[in-house]
Amino acid sequence: MLRFALRRLLIMIPIAVIVTFLVYAMVFALPGDPIRALSGQKPLAESVIAAKRAYYHLNDPLFVQYLHFMGNLLKGDLGQTFDGQDIGEQLALRWPVTLQLGLTALAIQLVLGLVSGVYAGWRRDGLVDRALLGATLGVLAVPGLVAMFFAQSFFAVELSWFPVSGATDGWPGSYLLPATVLGVLGFAGLARVTRTSIAEVASADFVRTARAKGLAPNRILWGHVLRNAMLPVITYIGLDLAGILGGAIITEGIYNLNGIGQFMFRSIAMKEGGVVVTLSTVLLLGYMLVNLVVDLLYGLLDPRVRHV
Amino acid sequence: MSDTALATAATAAELEPVGEDSPRGAAVLRELLRKPRFVLSALAILVIALMAAFPRLFTATDPTVCDLKLSKGAPSAAHWFGYDIQGCDYYANVIYGARPSVLVSVSVCVVGFAVACVLGMLAGYFPGFVDSLVSRTADVLFALPGLVAMIVILQAFSSRSVWTIAFVIVLLGWPAGMRLMRSTVLSVRTREYVLASRALGAGAQHILRVHILPNSVAPLLAMTTLTVGAAVGTEAALTFLGIGLQPPTISWGLQIAIAASYRDDVHLFLFPALLLTITVMAFMITGDTVRDALDPKLKR
Repeated sequence: MLRFALRRLLIMIPIAVIVTFLVYAMVFALPGDPIRALSGQKPLAESVIAAKRAYYHLNDPLFVQYLHFMGNLLKGDLGQTFDGQDIGEQLALRWPVTLQLGLTALAIQLVLGLVSGVYAGWRRDGLVDRALLGATLGVLAVPGLVAMFFAQSFFAVELSWFPVSGATDGWPGSYLLPATVLGVLGFAGLARVTRTSIAEVASADFVRTARAKGLAPNRILWGHVLRNAMLPVITYIGLDLAGILGGAIITEGIYNLNGIGQFMFRSIAMKEGGVVVTLSTVLLLGYMLVNLVVDLLYGLLDPRVRHV
Repeated sequence: MSDTALATAATAAELEPVGEDSPRGAAVLRELLRKPRFVLSALAILVIALMAAFPRLFTATDPTVCDLKLSKGAPSAAHWFGYDIQGCDYYANVIYGARPSVLVSVSVCVVGFAVACVLGMLAGYFPGFVDSLVSRTADVLFALPGLVAMIVILQAFSSRSVWTIAFVIVLLGWPAGMRLMRSTVLSVRTREYVLASRALGAGAQHILRVHILPNSVAPLLAMTTLTVGAAVGTEAALTFLGIGLQPPTISWGLQIAIAASYRDDVHLFLFPALLLTITVMAFMITGDTVRDALDPKLKR
């Protein structure tokens, strides 16, 4: 298992290099000149432009620029944005916002999804099961954009239960509404996967045997069904974590939360290659680590899964 | 988008391979037509498709004839949906807004299905170099944060049309379908009838077309029907972020994005959002019922 984990960690290096270079090249290929865009209508002096270009290595070929960037990154220096802000400081300011939003949403999603999914799957075709199938279909069918706008207009503007936008109220006030919308949108998929998985395991032979032996239904659920049904659920949660940032870009935009999502979006528009690649790298490594943890959990949950 | 794709992948993966044009095809259709949920949602799709193809069937008003004096006018008996900020008839605008949504979803669905199907068959049937090439490319694309990559790529286009957006969604979306197709092909390729066919000297092309494709396409088909709705939502989200469709195109995503700045005029948001939701819901319910019909295990 240790060898398996080590090998997977090693494979991450080439994939990370390829993906960061791809992202770097894509940002580099964007039309427009980031330095000229800084000054708007009034052009900068040629000498200033030349100095800026030299400072950010903009005159070098793409590959050399990438090497400069990666070299600094490995030294722990994230560099500066084109308007002179320290990228590391900017990130430190913004991570907490996105983390609070994402973790709150994840908590809501996990509680709602797992509880309702397990119950519905265990009592398949029952009232809760039918209600859940209908409700999740409804949730899946409402586009995230519409749900977020609606929640903002109704709960924040009309009823003023929550602040309309911004993060000035701190946690939980400012985050509760956007996180709930994100969490409820995410719960539908999780609940369905959990329900299907539980229902399937509940009809397996070993569960019938346990029942025939006279085991209490609760012991069957907690001791036998749950553990065996968790594999697809964990896969789903792992993949879903990656989707949270995608949701964050739109959520942070609508609720005006100054987090990573907004920073990323603005950086792409401003051709801030350094920021985009740094963020993408962090996301990518996070994604691959989560996948690795998921794979290792497989082995713990199900001894039949062997890692070679 | 990813959420629904994942949910679909998880449930669709359990599907038994079903022959596309086996006698079951007709039985499945007959069973579907007995379900009111399917009939209703299919009818809704039909209406929206008509709206996209022939908007003049629904409105005689030209959506581009506007009178600024009527800007943001409230809904009335003569103008059901009121007026937009330019003073154009909003009903006509919302009707004409169906076309981009339907074009994006249909092209993503058709092209995405074809790409995932072909690449999944190749990767599943030819282990070794072909499989590694396709699967590792999919890994890299899968690892890119989806919406972020879409934004970066779309920034590179100075003008963006329905086709640009459909292209980007397919470009970043095919790995999910490919993996599903590949996994079903992997299980089908060792079946006795495939081995028998190979023993009789059939070529790879023949085996893929006659045996592998019909017996492994059902899960991908079910998954695709469910992702159509998601594509509509993605188009609206990209447009809202300002990197999707641009005026003078008329689209629901654009209308919602504009409505975001005029919160007091609820009708500006309500009508495009309503139609967008109905469209996504119709596609989802149709996909859901089709998957249930294709999946003998989930039958009640």
